[in-house]
Amino acid sequence: MSDTVHLQAPLPTGSVGKLANGWFGMIALVATEGALFAYLLFSYFYFDVQYGRSWLPDPLPAFRLSGPNTAILVVSSLTMVWAERAARRGANGRAALGIALSFVLGLVFVGIQLMEWKDKTFNYASSSYGSLYFLITGFHMAHVVAGLLVLAALLAWTLLGYFDARRHAPVSIGALYWHFVDVVWLCVFFSLYVTPHLR
Amino acid sequence: MWESKPGLRGFLSSVDHKEIGIRYLVTAFGFLIVGGVEALIMRVQLARPNQALLTPEQYDQLFSMHGITMIFLYALPVLSGFSNYLFPLVLGARDMAFPRLNAYSYWIYLASGIFMYASLVMGLAPNDGWFSYVPYALKAYNPGPNLDFYALGMVFYGISTTVGSVNFVVTFLRMRAPGMSINRVPILTWGTLTASVGNLFAVPSVSLAFLMMWTDRQFGTHFFTQDSGGQPLLWQHLFWMFAHPWVYVVVLPAMGLVSDALPFFCRRPLVGYTVVVLATVTTMVLGFGVWLHHMFATGLPFIALSFFSAASFVITIPSAVAVFAWIATIWTGRPVITTAFLFFAGFIAMFVVGGVSGVMTAAVPVDRQLTDTYFVVAHIHYVLIGINLFAVMGALYVWLPKMTGRLLSERLGRWNFWTVLIGFNLGFFPMHILGLMGMPRRVYTYEADLGWGTLNLVTSAGSFLLAIGILLLLVNIAMSLSNGVPAGDNPWDAPTLEWATPSPPPPYNFPVVPMVASRHPLWEERLGETEAGHSELLRGPLLADGKEALATSGLDAQPEAILKMPEDSYAPFVVTLAMSVGFTGLLLHEWWVAGAGGLGVLAGALVWLWPEASLGQKAEREA
Amino acid sequence: MPLRPRTRWTMDRIALAAPAVVLPRHALAAGLADAPMNYVVTHGLQGRAVTPLLWGLGAISVAVVVIISLLVVVGTLRRRAPRMHLPSDGQMPVERPEGGLSWIAIGVGVSTVVLLGMMGWTATTMARIARPPTQPALTIDIRAQQWWWAVRYESGDPTRILDTANEIHIPVGKPVEFKLESRDVIHSFWVPALGGKTDVIPGQTNMAWLQAERPGVYRGQCAEYCGQQHGHMGLVIVAEPPDQFEAWMANQLASAKTADNGPVRAGQDDFVQRCGICHAVRGTLAHGVLGPDLTHLMSRGSIAAATLPNRVAYLSGWIANPQTIKPGARMPTLDISGPELARIRGFLETLK
Ligand code: HEA
Ligand code: HEA
Ligand code: CUA
Ligand SMILES: [Cu+2]
Repeated sequence: MSDTVHLQAPLPTGSVGKLANGWFGMIALVATEGALFAYLLFSYFYFDVQYGRSWLPDPLPAFRLSGPNTAILVVSSLTMVWAERAARRGANGRAALGIALSFVLGLVFVGIQLMEWKDKTFNYASSSYGSLYFLITGFHMAHVVAGLLVLAALLAWTLLGYFDARRHAPVSIGALYWHFVDVVWLCVFFSLYVTPHLR
Repeated sequence: MWESKPGLRGFLSSVDHKEIGIRYLVTAFGFLIVGGVEALIMRVQLARPNQALLTPEQYDQLFSMHGITMIFLYALPVLSGFSNYLFPLVLGARDMAFPRLNAYSYWIYLASGIFMYASLVMGLAPNDGWFSYVPYALKAYNPGPNLDFYALGMVFYGISTTVGSVNFVVTFLRMRAPGMSINRVPILTWGTLTASVGNLFAVPSVSLAFLMMWTDRQFGTHFFTQDSGGQPLLWQHLFWMFAHPWVYVVVLPAMGLVSDALPFFCRRPLVGYTVVVLATVTTMVLGFGVWLHHMFATGLPFIALSFFSAASFVITIPSAVAVFAWIATIWTGRPVITTAFLFFAGFIAMFVVGGVSGVMTAAVPVDRQLTDTYFVVAHIHYVLIGINLFAVMGALYVWLPKMTGRLLSERLGRWNFWTVLIGFNLGFFPMHILGLMGMPRRVYTYEADLGWGTLNLVTSAGSFLLAIGILLLLVNIAMSLSNGVPAGDNPWDAPTLEWATPSPPPPYNFPVVPMVASRHPLWEERLGETEAGHSELLRGPLLADGKEALATSGLDAQPEAILKMPEDSYAPFVVTLAMSVGFTGLLLHEWWVAGAGGLGVLAGALVWLWPEASLGQKAEREA
Repeated sequence: MPLRPRTRWTMDRIALAAPAVVLPRHALAAGLADAPMNYVVTHGLQGRAVTPLLWGLGAISVAVVVIISLLVVVGTLRRRAPRMHLPSDGQMPVERPEGGLSWIAIGVGVSTVVLLGMMGWTATTMARIARPPTQPALTIDIRAQQWWWAVRYESGDPTRILDTANEIHIPVGKPVEFKLESRDVIHSFWVPALGGKTDVIPGQTNMAWLQAERPGVYRGQCAEYCGQQHGHMGLVIVAEPPDQFEAWMANQLASAKTADNGPVRAGQDDFVQRCGICHAVRGTLAHGVLGPDLTHLMSRGSIAAATLPNRVAYLSGWIANPQTIKPGARMPTLDISGPELARIRGFLETLK
């Protein structure tokens, strides 16, 4: 650890990019939300271990809708990366476009997920599997919706011209959240859709 | 500009960490008294065999609310109060990283406490103990709204803990005075950091569990019901995966307070700063791996039992590090015996009593006898009162003068300490023996021929003595507020930054941002800790261009940015109100009320997060 | 301005000595003798391994507490600052003497060794009690419910399956296996003099075993909070020499002797009509399963899940008004007239 303090003036002023406290706050939030999903998946595997194959529904969860939907969410993350890059360069037009794309892809995800829910032969009250399936995907859905609200706000703020190459911390922070929603989906997808087919 | 507005407007909108810290302390003490009075009523009922002062249902609600109050509404919030007040001061900062979030976490704490207590007022309080095992907590066996209050209240309360923890973590990482590298911060901030990180990982578990319980109760899901494939034991796993880490969450900051303040009175730095920090962190990490020791009698496989038993033994080693560090500090120092010192010395002894009873319950075969008896009740109170309440009382003697500018009476302090120590041991030591004599916990009465009468009477008497002791503390505080001796900046000649400002500190804490070159800025000359230069308390960045604070880097605290701090705001209060409306709607099944609350929260959050040019969150337009 | 205490040292000293006097040392010795639920004196085989461990860990614990407390007290008094003198204006000396770290090293080192010993002892004890030493002589199904215990003796021979409640007879000197199931919420099966607890959890069957080494009447109790009458969910294990146990078994297997007429018959009819929905008495038309089987009620020492002694006055009181004795109990307070009560009681008294 260095001992002397270097006070090199001038320091950047205000919430600048990844120096903003909000950035660190979002990391902490993502950590605790990640833990939430870890406990959800723990519950899932707890049942799985207790009951084995007989616990899973028949037929096993299919990839017909969930597969493409996963791809859609991954792409929406990529568009968000692109938007955030643009925001960092102060290219507000491209940033807005990227955010809008992510937003639309997120909406599509929600729509397909609703279809998937409707297709199910069980509901949240028919068995512990049903309860847990809808709780986990429901929790994720709630996060997607929250993410969409964040994206909507970012889009509006970008279009209002609030951000420039220095002031774009909200975009970076919102993007982090959106990526988190995406990564969590991959975990959920793997647990609920892939692992049943692996044995 | 750092001051709050006067009157009610200021009260509702203030984001000053000192104000919020004091509110936390006052509220937590309020809950301590309420929970304590509940306990005293139980003690009257239990004083003799076969008493009928309370009906079983009343007794069940009392012990449940007592546990809930003490664990959730007193033990952590009281420490959050100290941390809130002290964090920016000991770190040489002007405020917490997120001042508005800070206010918000307080309001949610208060609102969720009121929410849960509304049930008691209606005689419909939770009645399944603080860990509310299913299926007794499910609708089939517990049809009233009692557990809905608890379930929703805990989800609500979890929000407060979570945002509070985020705030502490970011403050610790970002808001330290320049030069206060990570090996120079006071231990209490390590304790709070560790506990906060622990919270971030533990609280989701209990919020989730309570949400599942609520949907099982209200919507017929099958997480815990034994029919349709639910698992009663899943509840216990989720609950204890949270609750065991939590018991360390409610002591690590308190241990930090002692690690910092004991050296004031031993006239020497703490022995083994680094190992104590490591022990703090290790305790928390290991704390995530012992939850099964609350489930030794549930019929788990041998191998799981052995593993968690061993882990519970191992977790005592970091505690031993802390205990011997304190003892070494006393032995190699020159103790000045103040009331605060007495409380800290008592704290060490009580900690060990509670700790070793924990070790006894960690031994599976022995625990199969001890569990769910008064032996465990004794363990709980020795650790919680011993490590939490004793530390808190000592810390009040140390830091209340900083908050109010007035010292507490030492003479009354002695009476306070000895009454508490004697009352506490008289009240709770016999519980060990009651446990060995087979008295189960959570019984509303007992038969005379079981031989538990005498010790229960002793215990009840001790409880009242303890209550009187606590009353003396309150009297002492009241007297100090009305005509206490002025404290001056640094009544204990202590080494850390909070003592470099006036008592009480001005709203902006430090007129210039201090620059730190050692662990003990106010002692460094005398200790010769100046190899890295001298701390500068009066000549540093002024940051007077509006409400500004300095952000520094995470490890070695090099200045990185100048932060613009938010002004007072009603948003936290308003969002809390909307949330309370929402949760009340959920409780009453008035979905449109819940929806309205939700919309209110969204609207409030949008206003709150709207980028502000004054905070540098958005670009300033060229005029 | 300097802060000077007016407190005198003697006060601290006297108070320090107080706990030693107050510590209920003789209460321990005296109290344990007449506390039937204690488990520091054991009468079961499991206790042979567990009780020494309990005493051993207890002794180590007391030693640790005494040592640490002494260290704190002696350390405090040894080098305390000559007077309590704190400068609000001036400064007191501070120093950084060396040698503190070795305290931690030695203390933690010794603690670790002791802890490892405790761990090893615990593990071997666990292994010793994991299974009964010989094949269990008897398997008993326990069905726990709010707030009593249904007991069924298993047998390959259907005529030797026995239903009873709350009072369990076992032969001395032989391991007995218990299959624990719950009909509603979680309970815990516990007879302290014979062994530790095993939870009874709905949806899962837990196993426990006990072996009494001496004949006796051992009190047990539900140990997991299960609702309002958790405190009155007692049970009793009666350990008897094998021949006595067999005699008991033979008597229990028989149906109740019923009368064809007279007051006992009238009481029986009243019983069947008023109580038969919940209770069973083999040999009569009462077949209820919601409450305890009462076929040989009079052979039991207590009623209401070991809450009341089984004496006529208590029995009448219980039948007339269970809700004042066990508020919340599942047995309702029926509107039974005085003569009716007398007849029912008269019938019950014949159930030997
Ligand atoms: C402040 C909170 C707190 C703390 C710090 C602890 C600390 C410990 N606890 Fe405790 N515990 C609770 C709060 C706490 N506990 C609560 C609330 C419950 C009950 C919940 C309920 O059922 O309602 C509980 C229950 C509980 C159980 C379950 C009992 C049961 O229900 O059957 C167990 C079992 O292993 C246990 C173990 C331990 C251990 C091993 C420690 C260790 O961390 C202690 C370590 C410290 C020391 C040992 C002292 C210092 C060490 C030395 C001086 C070294 C020398 C020592 C030796 C050689 C032994 N605790
Ligand atoms: C921080 C935690 C904490 C604290 C401080 C306390 C404090 C006390 N507790 Fe509690 N207790 C728990 C945590 C705590 N407890 C928990 C978690 C449980 C388990 C619950 C469960 O099973 O679910 C429990 C359970 C518990 C039981 C077991 C109930 C049962 O199993 O049936 C008992 C019984 O005696 C008890 C007693 C007491 C007493 C007498 C105090 C005293 O120390 C209280 C003293 C304080 C005051 C009295 C307030 C201040 C006094 C005044 C301001 C004076 C004015 C008032 C008067 C003089 C009337 N507690
Ligand atoms: Cu059954 Cu407690
Ligand atoms: Cu624990």
